Amino acid sequence: MTATKAPTTLYDKIFEDHVVDRQDDGTCLLYIDRHLVHEVTSPQAFEGLRMTGRKVHAPSKTLAVVDHNIPTTDRSKGIAEEESRIQVEALAKNAKEFGVEYFNELDIRQGIVHIVGPEQGFTLPGTTIVCGDSHTSTHGAFGALAHGIGTSEVEHVLATQTLIQKKAKNMLVQVDGKPAPGVGAKDITLAIIGEIGTAGGTGSVIEYAGEAIRGLSMEGRMTVCNMSIEGGARAGMVAPDEKAYAYLKGRPKAPQGAAWDEALRYWETLRTDEGAHFDRIVKLDAANLPPIVSWGTSPEDVISVTGAVPDPALIEDETKRSSKQRALDYMGLTAGTKMTEIPLDVIWIGSCTNGRIEDLRTVAKIVEGKKIHESLDYAMIVPGSGLVKQQAEAEGLDKIFIAAGFEWREPGCSMCLGMNPDQLKPGQRAASTSNRNFEGRQGYRGRTHLVSPAMAAAASLIGHFVDVRTLG
Amino acid sequence: MQPFTTLTSTPAPLKVINVDTDMIIPKQYLKTIKRTGLGTALFSEMRYKDDGSENPDFVLNQPAYRKSEILVAGDNFGCGSSREHAPWALLDFGIRCVISTSFADIFYNNCFKNGILPIVVSQEDLDKLFDDADRGSNATLTVDLQNQSIKGPDGGTVNFEIDPFRKHCLLNGLDDIGLTMEKSTKIDAYEEKLKGRAWA
Repeated sequence: MTATKAPTTLYDKIFEDHVVDRQDDGTCLLYIDRHLVHEVTSPQAFEGLRMTGRKVHAPSKTLAVVDHNIPTTDRSKGIAEEESRIQVEALAKNAKEFGVEYFNELDIRQGIVHIVGPEQGFTLPGTTIVCGDSHTSTHGAFGALAHGIGTSEVEHVLATQTLIQKKAKNMLVQVDGKPAPGVGAKDITLAIIGEIGTAGGTGSVIEYAGEAIRGLSMEGRMTVCNMSIEGGARAGMVAPDEKAYAYLKGRPKAPQGAAWDEALRYWETLRTDEGAHFDRIVKLDAANLPPIVSWGTSPEDVISVTGAVPDPALIEDETKRSSKQRALDYMGLTAGTKMTEIPLDVIWIGSCTNGRIEDLRTVAKIVEGKKIHESLDYAMIVPGSGLVKQQAEAEGLDKIFIAAGFEWREPGCSMCLGMNPDQLKPGQRAASTSNRNFEGRQGYRGRTHLVSPAMAAAASLIGHFVDVRTLG
Repeated sequence: MQPFTTLTSTPAPLKVINVDTDMIIPKQYLKTIKRTGLGTALFSEMRYKDDGSENPDFVLNQPAYRKSEILVAGDNFGCGSSREHAPWALLDFGIRCVISTSFADIFYNNCFKNGILPIVVSQEDLDKLFDDADRGSNATLTVDLQNQSIKGPDGGTVNFEIDPFRKHCLLNGLDDIGLTMEKSTKIDAYEEKLKGRAWA
């Protein structure tokens, strides 16, 4: 006879499966299956290993790729900016010294770390995945427990392949309904963040479920999980299904043959049980969802494209009111201005949120045979990886973009955070498919409006925001 | 890591919610391969004018707060990027304690790895601490980690919660990696078990 087990969530299952040690106070040592490393948050961690004479515990579970710093122009002659070059060289050297596989800036497999992981089949359901980057939540789309860590923790994982963790709370975000054509994963995730606030998921792991989430492609699910961190949750996840398996099958680092079959049997068990407890449940109806645009300097500052800039004077709390007024001042906006009347200077398409092939296909469909608006300073497309770029070019998308007036670049993080030369100038206003509209994020005094690839593409043709649902 | 026991300082008020780590330290300072020397970059876009001179309106540029070791800030402090450069910059400036109504998870975690104590208080207590902080050098706070208390200038005390293990590590300045390596047989045992999973 077996005792009936209490129903558990997907997060509970993966967490429990990775506990190496549990202290009396609940502090756990969690085993880490996959560790992604990039050049910005790892040099001090490798230096720490060197200073203490420690090795990388499991080099084969570690994958390094350069993404944040690299220029998106021709890289065959090296990196001109000295500090960036030193940081990139440091990663190359550290990877070699510690025996870690490394994709350099000339490798076709190079790209944004969160695009590369799934693309290579390094990301798998049921695994624990960390990276010194907050958007590691992306990998949760495959039913992995994936989250960002700081550099001290990068060093801890390199040295021990474990992480000290306490169990987070379970939060369910249920998105039902079928979104209108032109409305997609990015609008869903921005709407969720608008609903729960940027601290709404703090201390929680989000599981996304419901008809609208099931209906998304793997790439759409990655977009949603990617921005879990903007809702305060370190990790977001979706239970793996046929779409996840089909995406992964045959990828270079995915299991093959008998190992694949064995994996599949296990992955099929990765479901939240009926009746499992969630500490918080949030429901959203995607059917009535409009395209969403951000107006302020926090990802929670979002509104329908059909709406207007809100009035901070209506906020009761003093600190919140002054913070939102500060956001409007920074953005150079006045309360009451219609979102569709805000003129744009730059269109930027890319990032770990929206730099995948489906995003580029969406943009191509909208801009094919058309020209970007003359009022724009420029419009730029940065593919998320070398393989995304290669695929786009095989489909002729690059020709469509270039004919429309877009710049077509080499892969990397680029203007999502502007560590490379791709940056907004002071006062420049961008419609961006990235994930953060923070002050200075895309360039000193630059102004960012977060949107979907479809909305960015539509805006590129008109020079201001337009409801993509009204385009033919 | 330097242990954290007690700290007495004039608290600096930063009345902004959702202070993100891009605000704490902008991207141009992330190209370093060291942990030190980031204090001058702390809050750089708010702290300096376009010509590089100090912005006198920014709290940490005001005479009373230039040496503050305690920062009192609005809700959801440290959100956004995982960059540990944020606590490194705070520490290098001299700030060893941040008080808010909530912190973003990754930043909160990063603080403990660097001997910085992040304290979560209620909105009511935060408002009180903001009032204290507004008094500039006429008011100091004393943070006592062992007793989990913040003593105000008028004798009032605010108590706070903290995870016991994190408290222990902070009080003693313990190195996480060293502690974990003492459990290496358990890690070995887990990896032995993993061998039965060809795909993992």
